[in-house]
Amino acid sequence: MSGKSINVVIGGAAGQGLVTIGQLLSKAVVRAGHHLLVTQRYMSRVRGGLNTYAIRMGGEDLSGGTESIDILAALNAEAFSRHVGDVVDGGLVVAGTDFETGEREALRIPFEELAPKPLFHNTVMLGVLGRTIGLERGILEDLLRQTFGRKGEEVIGANLEVLRNAYAWASDRDYGFSRRVGPGSGPGRMMLNGNEAIALGALAAGCNFVSYYPMTPSSSVAMTLIAKGAPLGLQYEQAEDELAAMNMAMGASYAGARTLVTTSGGGFALMGEAVSLAGVSETPVVCIVVQRPGPATGMATRTEQADLDLVLHAGHGEFPRAVFAPATPEECFYLTHRAFDLAETYQTPVFVLSEQYLADSYRDVEPFDLDGLPEVARPLLEWNGGEYKRYAETEDGVSPRLVPGFSEALVRADSHEHDESSRVTEDKAVRVNQNSKRLRKESGLFEEVIGPDYYGGENADVLLVCWGPTLGACLEAVDRYEGDKSLAVLHFKQVYPLREEQFMDFLESAGRVVAVEGNATAQFARVIAGETGFVIPDRVLRFDGRAMTWEYVLKGLTDIL
Amino acid sequence: MVSIEEYGDFDTSWCPGCGNFLILKSLKQALAVQGIAPRDVIISSGIGQAAKLPHYLRCNMFNGLHGRALPVAQGIKMANPEAAVLCVSGDGCTYGEGGNHFLAAIRRNIDLTLLVHDNQIYGLTKGQASPTSARGHVTKAQPEGNRSDAFNPVSVAVAMKAGFVARAFSGEPEHLSEVIREAMAYKGFSLVDILQPCVSFNKVNTYGWYSQRVYFPQNHDPSDWGAAMVLSEEFGDRIPLGIIYRAEKPVFGLGARLAEHEYDKNDLKAVLQSYT
Ligand SMILES: Cc1ncc(C[n+]2csc(CCOP(=O)(O)OP(=O)(O)O)c2C)c(N)n1
Ligand code: SF4
Repeated sequence: MSGKSINVVIGGAAGQGLVTIGQLLSKAVVRAGHHLLVTQRYMSRVRGGLNTYAIRMGGEDLSGGTESIDILAALNAEAFSRHVGDVVDGGLVVAGTDFETGEREALRIPFEELAPKPLFHNTVMLGVLGRTIGLERGILEDLLRQTFGRKGEEVIGANLEVLRNAYAWASDRDYGFSRRVGPGSGPGRMMLNGNEAIALGALAAGCNFVSYYPMTPSSSVAMTLIAKGAPLGLQYEQAEDELAAMNMAMGASYAGARTLVTTSGGGFALMGEAVSLAGVSETPVVCIVVQRPGPATGMATRTEQADLDLVLHAGHGEFPRAVFAPATPEECFYLTHRAFDLAETYQTPVFVLSEQYLADSYRDVEPFDLDGLPEVARPLLEWNGGEYKRYAETEDGVSPRLVPGFSEALVRADSHEHDESSRVTEDKAVRVNQNSKRLRKESGLFEEVIGPDYYGGENADVLLVCWGPTLGACLEAVDRYEGDKSLAVLHFKQVYPLREEQFMDFLESAGRVVAVEGNATAQFARVIAGETGFVIPDRVLRFDGRAMTWEYVLKGLTDIL
Repeated sequence: MVSIEEYGDFDTSWCPGCGNFLILKSLKQALAVQGIAPRDVIISSGIGQAAKLPHYLRCNMFNGLHGRALPVAQGIKMANPEAAVLCVSGDGCTYGEGGNHFLAAIRRNIDLTLLVHDNQIYGLTKGQASPTSARGHVTKAQPEGNRSDAFNPVSVAVAMKAGFVARAFSGEPEHLSEVIREAMAYKGFSLVDILQPCVSFNKVNTYGWYSQRVYFPQNHDPSDWGAAMVLSEEFGDRIPLGIIYRAEKPVFGLGARLAEHEYDKNDLKAVLQSYT
């Protein structure tokens, strides 16, 4: 049993309240000063099925999810039978008394005894789990008070009593689980998931317009923006479809809003036409694409990294773009903020490519530093420079972007090939000039590329190349690797454009390079090959809809090495 | 006062005699009469002959994609509630490619005016049937006659209780201009479906064809939804012009001009604080 972390998995049917229990428990874990990583697996249904809410807590930074379970809280028989095999030696199973657990020793909670009504079963479970992992009762009580604050004293009182009873009941049992994690970096940290962090990064960048069409697992980006931003002046609309969402974003951005759209692969496929429009009309927009397995409707609630090709090639014609792929909520926040600055500066679409695993996994993070963020570029509201030409040909390809309606100068944006003054043209020289002007913006974007992060010693025997949230699994795999080779990780959080000089040395000096990706065809390895000519020969690929884990990476490495 | 000249005078790529010219002229007239300066007008258009209109007008414009002019127009108005926002495009663009957007725009009721140049044909792609072409209308692409029923945008808009629904004819420019003015003055989504002869590709619905049929109904009360429904159905031997339906209804609420909007840092800090 590893002493580093405790992995608590709550499993049950949708509608059984496992998310409520999980969220309260997670928040308590963070408030108690521990690090945490929550991964959720759920099925595409509102009731029933088997969902899990896994809380991995530890005293040290946790990089990724894990498959072994220290405490399994089974809310039904299916959760028990499906996951009991993953419980480690010395681990604990917690269950009610309404189904059989066979030979397996388990802490059986008499829910009927401890709760006056089924409504309180969640609170019972919270009390028992809180006690088994050694949380102070006061932290749990404060949380309940906050959670039920609006429902009045009576509800709070009743829940507090149930909590105390459950906590006391668990204190009286000897359930043979005594492992504790040391404190992490103390209280005061934020707890949030990737999608929430993207929304907050957008708000921090001044995003004040979001149009979207709901699609799991991207919707919570928009939901968070609306919940937090609308009271502060953000405009939002649930469009009739993705075509409308992206075009609405075009209109808003042209008229001076700082604009975001959010969707997943299937919806993004529909947005492609207007991505091209953003390119030619030079309209800034930040597109959040939260991946799930495809093709087509794929697996709505599972994860994959297979939309990189789509995002890289979305839109007909040629125009500049940048693509970020955050690994953690911190990166979600800071890279989304940066995406706004790039979109605004270069007047082109910029993408943040996330995935379901990151979207739904909660972590504890250092509170984001608003004061330390760089300013985001803004369009012009006034024009005193003589005749205004929306598509003036400049050296860096960036034309002054004026907002219509604020000055006498007229602002004319166009989807056709056009001249500097937006007149439609088929003149070959003008076409070449304008297309070249737009593509010149690529040099600016290129200058601003964030290079990959390298983790490990020089000239490693094996270099794992990954992008996006696959980082966590790679880092932990390196950590837990017990063989005789030296391992290192090269992680890309910006996947396009690429600057060879930022990473070629790492690739060339490693003994062996292995691409680790959440897709079946090593899409990013192909991007590297296309951009640099460097072919990564070995791969660990996962495309079963589940997030990469360190166990999966190590197993893959064993097969290769 | 704003003079018509301020809206400029441009060469166009429209065919001589096309109904589009009179629509452009009527629009200029309506803008000038209302005293709206070019800087305060933003026109969104799609693709097609009609959609070229903002290229022939001094104003702000976003000439976007086929079928997508309405979402763009709504985005513009959401970001700048002070601008006079118009959406101008053809029947194919608006009711065909953009059909779903048309329905949604009516339901959403953002304050803007949609002008549809309804020539019952695809002009720019050289004469295929459009959603408003009559069943049986023969074209090169529909040699045995159009096999679908015509879409009646006015009926659909009235059925959906759009707040302002009008039909006009480019051959009646004074009336057209007046209807555009009223549509723009209306607070909410307004539709003016404009009969526009395409002299090159629609040999059926010609000036003469429309002229013989259009009439101005006397004693129609646009606030009477039932009467409007009946009137909107009339499209054949007689075609009524004017405001068919008009009602007050909740308008999509808008905020400040977003280009000037900035969050208070303390508000943002409080948002972040709510995650601890
Ligand atoms: C996505 C897309 N599909 C098709 C076209 C080709 N296209 C251009 S204009 C047009 C039809 C225009 O008809 P309408 O909207 O009635 O305008 P009109 O030319 O008659 O004024 C079509 C199909 C296009 N430009 N974009
Ligand atoms: S093709 Fe028809 S609609 Fe287009 S300009 Fe010519 S006459 Fe007008």
